[in-house]
Amino acid sequence: MSRQFVYQDDELIAKPFNWKQIGRLFAFVQPYKKEFTRVVFVMTVFGMLSRLAIPFLMSMAIDRAIHPENGNSSVTLLVSLVGAMMAMYGLRWWAQKYTIQQTNQIGQKVIFDLRAALFRHIQSLSFRFFDKRPAGSVLVRVTNDVNSLQDMFTNGVINSAIDIVQLIGITIILLVLEPKLGLAIMITVPLMFLVSSALRKKIRMAWQVVRIKQSRINAHLNESIQGIRVTQAFAQEKENIHFFDNMNKSNIRSWNRASMLNQLFGPVLEVTSAVGTLILLLYGTYLIQTDVMTVGILVAFITYVGSFWEPITRLGNMYSQLLISMSSAERIFEFMDEKPAVPEKDDARKLPELQGNVRLENVTFGYESDRPALKGIDLDVKAGLSVALVGHTGSGKSTIVNLLCRFYDTVEGRVLLDGIDVRDVTIESLRSQIGIVLQDTFIFSGTIRDNIRYGRPGATDAEVEAAARSVRAHEFIAELPNGYDTEVEERGNALSVGQRQLLSFARALLANPRILVLDEATASIDTETELRIQEALSTLLQGRTSFIVAHRLSTIRHADCIVVLDHGQVVDQGNHEELMKRPGHYRNLVDAQYRFLSA
Amino acid sequence: MDIFKALKSYYWQDKGFLWGSVAGLAVATALGLVYPLLLKTLIDDMIIPGEFSGVLSLSLLAVGIIFVKAGFQFVHGFSGGRLGNRLAYRLRNGCYEKLQQLSFSYYDTARTGDLMSRLTADIEGIRNFIGFGFAQLLNTAFLLVFGFTMMFFIDWKLTLMTLTIIPLLGFVAIRFEQNIHPVFRSIRSAVGRLTVRVQENITGVRTVKSFAREPFEINKFVKENVDYRENHLQLAGVWAKYFPMIEFIANVSVAAMLLVGGWRVIDGSLSLGDLVALSGMLGLIVAPLWTLGFQINNYTQSKASGERLLELLNQPIAVKNTLNSLILDDDAVKGHIRFEDVSFRFVNRDDLPSALLGFNLDVPAGSVIGLLGGTGSGKSTAVGLMLRTYDVGEGSITLDGVDVRHIDLASLRSQTAIVFQESFLFSTTIKENISYGYPNATMEDIEEASRLAQADGFIRELPLGYETIVGERGMGLSGGQKQRIAIARALLAKPKILILDDATSALDMETEHEIQTAIRKVMQGRTVFIIAHRISTLRHGDEIVVLDRGHTIQRGTHDKLVRQPGLYRETYRIQYSDRPDDLDADIASSAVSGERRVTG
Repeated sequence: MSRQFVYQDDELIAKPFNWKQIGRLFAFVQPYKKEFTRVVFVMTVFGMLSRLAIPFLMSMAIDRAIHPENGNSSVTLLVSLVGAMMAMYGLRWWAQKYTIQQTNQIGQKVIFDLRAALFRHIQSLSFRFFDKRPAGSVLVRVTNDVNSLQDMFTNGVINSAIDIVQLIGITIILLVLEPKLGLAIMITVPLMFLVSSALRKKIRMAWQVVRIKQSRINAHLNESIQGIRVTQAFAQEKENIHFFDNMNKSNIRSWNRASMLNQLFGPVLEVTSAVGTLILLLYGTYLIQTDVMTVGILVAFITYVGSFWEPITRLGNMYSQLLISMSSAERIFEFMDEKPAVPEKDDARKLPELQGNVRLENVTFGYESDRPALKGIDLDVKAGLSVALVGHTGSGKSTIVNLLCRFYDTVEGRVLLDGIDVRDVTIESLRSQIGIVLQDTFIFSGTIRDNIRYGRPGATDAEVEAAARSVRAHEFIAELPNGYDTEVEERGNALSVGQRQLLSFARALLANPRILVLDEATASIDTETELRIQEALSTLLQGRTSFIVAHRLSTIRHADCIVVLDHGQVVDQGNHEELMKRPGHYRNLVDAQYRFLSA
Repeated sequence: MDIFKALKSYYWQDKGFLWGSVAGLAVATALGLVYPLLLKTLIDDMIIPGEFSGVLSLSLLAVGIIFVKAGFQFVHGFSGGRLGNRLAYRLRNGCYEKLQQLSFSYYDTARTGDLMSRLTADIEGIRNFIGFGFAQLLNTAFLLVFGFTMMFFIDWKLTLMTLTIIPLLGFVAIRFEQNIHPVFRSIRSAVGRLTVRVQENITGVRTVKSFAREPFEINKFVKENVDYRENHLQLAGVWAKYFPMIEFIANVSVAAMLLVGGWRVIDGSLSLGDLVALSGMLGLIVAPLWTLGFQINNYTQSKASGERLLELLNQPIAVKNTLNSLILDDDAVKGHIRFEDVSFRFVNRDDLPSALLGFNLDVPAGSVIGLLGGTGSGKSTAVGLMLRTYDVGEGSITLDGVDVRHIDLASLRSQTAIVFQESFLFSTTIKENISYGYPNATMEDIEEASRLAQADGFIRELPLGYETIVGERGMGLSGGQKQRIAIARALLAKPKILILDDATSALDMETEHEIQTAIRKVMQGRTVFIIAHRISTLRHGDEIVVLDRGHTIQRGTHDKLVRQPGLYRETYRIQYSDRPDDLDADIASSAVSGERRVTG
């Protein structure tokens, strides 16, 4: 039962800091260096100044205006000191407002840049990259992993800079106000540092366990929602609930541990700071007793010491957060470091408008290095001909198509279009001249019209409709509530598989490619519709080179050339009549169809 | 607060922790207020009169109080953590169970991403508020009452003056809440759109690349990315407007107290120690007021989360067991299915015509039924109604004479097995995938089912064989391989009724034929429904029903249908048009065999 579902976990990251990653991350802050410096400056000078000045003004008010040593109290002085305090508060108001706005501006821009760079890079990657990764794991990089850096860039970095300045400021003030007392209190800092870093490491590890369990839960939720129909059809709801309960329990156990440790942190730190308080009270009173210090300074000290622990605690938290962010950054950079498996040459030229001659020369290819999918294929297709690729699952039909569009590069041999090697031209100019309809059609959220127009954004409404008509998609579209403007969702909303395929036909035709590829595109279309599409196709294929991968003989038989593949090799080639005349794979295949019919 | 009342059953059993969290925080805060009092004593009674003898014990007392306070703070944190975690556990289990029960009609319109965020982000929101936020809000209230009461006893005039900031703060806080709420909502939808955009791009990557539309995709993405940024900046704007303002108002009260209080100390109507204590106490009350913004935020967000969770939890279940649902006796079930005048229309889809109209079909146990028809003709709907993926609108479907609506859902579905058009594999081993509906199956059973589904061969060729883990949507396997695993899964359960919903479309004809032969053998005496587009898949059916837009337009055996003009014959001609001679011969021979059947 434990293997009912299997999810891969991330590893626990125990190693501390990776300066290289930090450097790469901070390269994204580089463009905003000026703004960044300005915020730190404003917050330090105005914000901190006001904050530090207030206790000072307060102690002045007590010592000089309200309760002076000499007994000459002064209301005027009190009013002006309070006035100065108000001015400081006002300044603080403005400085805070400015800081919040600016830190968010910078942080959001950095996040924006990072996310855009990542997405752009992913767009440049080839099929090989997507083949080995579930969509969810790519999605998480662009959304969650980038988001988890957001807090660091908006508040984290800038607040840390400010905290460091504040810490230095308070240290200086404490030492200037009363060096002896100041020094005495500083003794507690290393103690606090030791205690907190020991606890913090434990806390960090505990949260990592939580995150791992959480991502396992997310994976299961995603899957169980998508597979809910299978679950219900096989009446496995109870089993799923039981499985989830265990998963949830173990998640909560990890939460309990992490949050317990986390909640321990504050109190432990406070207990540690009690040492400082003890020193402050005992030594401070002693200093007053010996007339080294005034009451006002003691009051100021109490205030400053209170805001002394704060930045220390925050900086510690920031360090933990930085470590967590590091793991996100690491995952982001792992993607950024991926090179496209199908790189464009530096001197790649634009593919000129194609005639449509296709040549494969001694092509060998394998998805995995030890298992060749194509072995020394030679194929020569004259412009305008239609070619059907026939063979069992895994015989290499789709692979030929993939190489033609340069979704992958050959291991040996070349693919030539009009005599030009596909590796010598820009990918955009190559693929925009090839139209392809895949087995599983993808519908983008948006209107039906936008979906058809996907391959040729400039097409007019009339052209969209004409394309839909020629593939017999117009009929069902016209019946939809808003016709061509009907919004469809990620999973095609209520469109059936067949309808989705008709849409992708229209999409491919509208793009008006020189070469058209139908990769098992008609598997889920009912025969009547398929017949209609074929009528349309026969006119539309005129003057275009086309490749058709299909199982149904009715789809194949009209092709100008039928290429029979077996285990990655071409075993026969010719038109239907020719192939039927000689014994071989193709005739067996056709005969089989009748044998099954009458069996 | 209604929302939290409605969710009470998920946390109220832990009310001990709830009170622990509240009490721990309250005591810790109260002890925090003692500290300024100690300072007052230190200054007024010891330093100023020069009586330094009590300083040591007073300092130790201060340290003792800090220790006790830290202890109570931990009680608050620990209880709040436990409370929130248990709540999250129960809520998540509750939502998950609900998801398992909701019918197909719900999932027709639901979006995976949206449901996911309810079970993750929204639960997180509630966890925080119930665990900590609630205690903090109460604490702020306590603190105000407690602090002001103590201040009142020290000096009521000064305290009353300071109290005037409360309504002002309240007003600003309410404005803040009103302004930030809509921003949060639009942030949520911006995040949602960004996610959908990326998800769509990645799942549709083959289409994107084959049309070389990466620049277009990048533009679409950048638009959402900008939107995301702008929404967050708008949030920062509201934050920047109110947060420093709240702090300023609180600070002004401290300054005012110093001014008026200081004046009175000079007057002689207030002691210096009293002023220091009052200022310290006010500082302590004012500090949490600064975080009022956060707390309001927290409350608002968790309220919205609660709404979304309740919406899911209160979602009516379209198809469910009645009070006295019949549990079928495995051995007694024969598999006789009868559709009587069945009509069905998708709820909430007024734009669609009826999916099925006046559908009648009598399927004696052991027969094989073929269903043919174009897109949207109602084939899948018909078999779905039998499994109660939806309940019929009119008419009834009976299994061995019992209306399926009176049969326990799990019991009904355990008698049937369906292979869907889009095969779904769970991320686990192939072995577990095949034994999904029947966890106790032996390895022999699993291999046997795989052999029947023509899957054993390719599974064995995989490096890890049956232990190979197939990922999200069966990564790394071809469409045909996935279909064969899905078929093996259905066959393993040895169902009384088997449904193949266009389940062999990705297979070549030879493989399909092998599978069909195997199915015919194992399903002897059991009922089989086959939906397909290929005549070769359907032709052995005892009855073939041809559907068009929910209407039955033809029915009969292959031999009969092939001699009638109509959709069936047309399809047949298209699929076998390359051998017109054979076709006619076949029709002729089936005509003969048909007659023979009549005479014999």
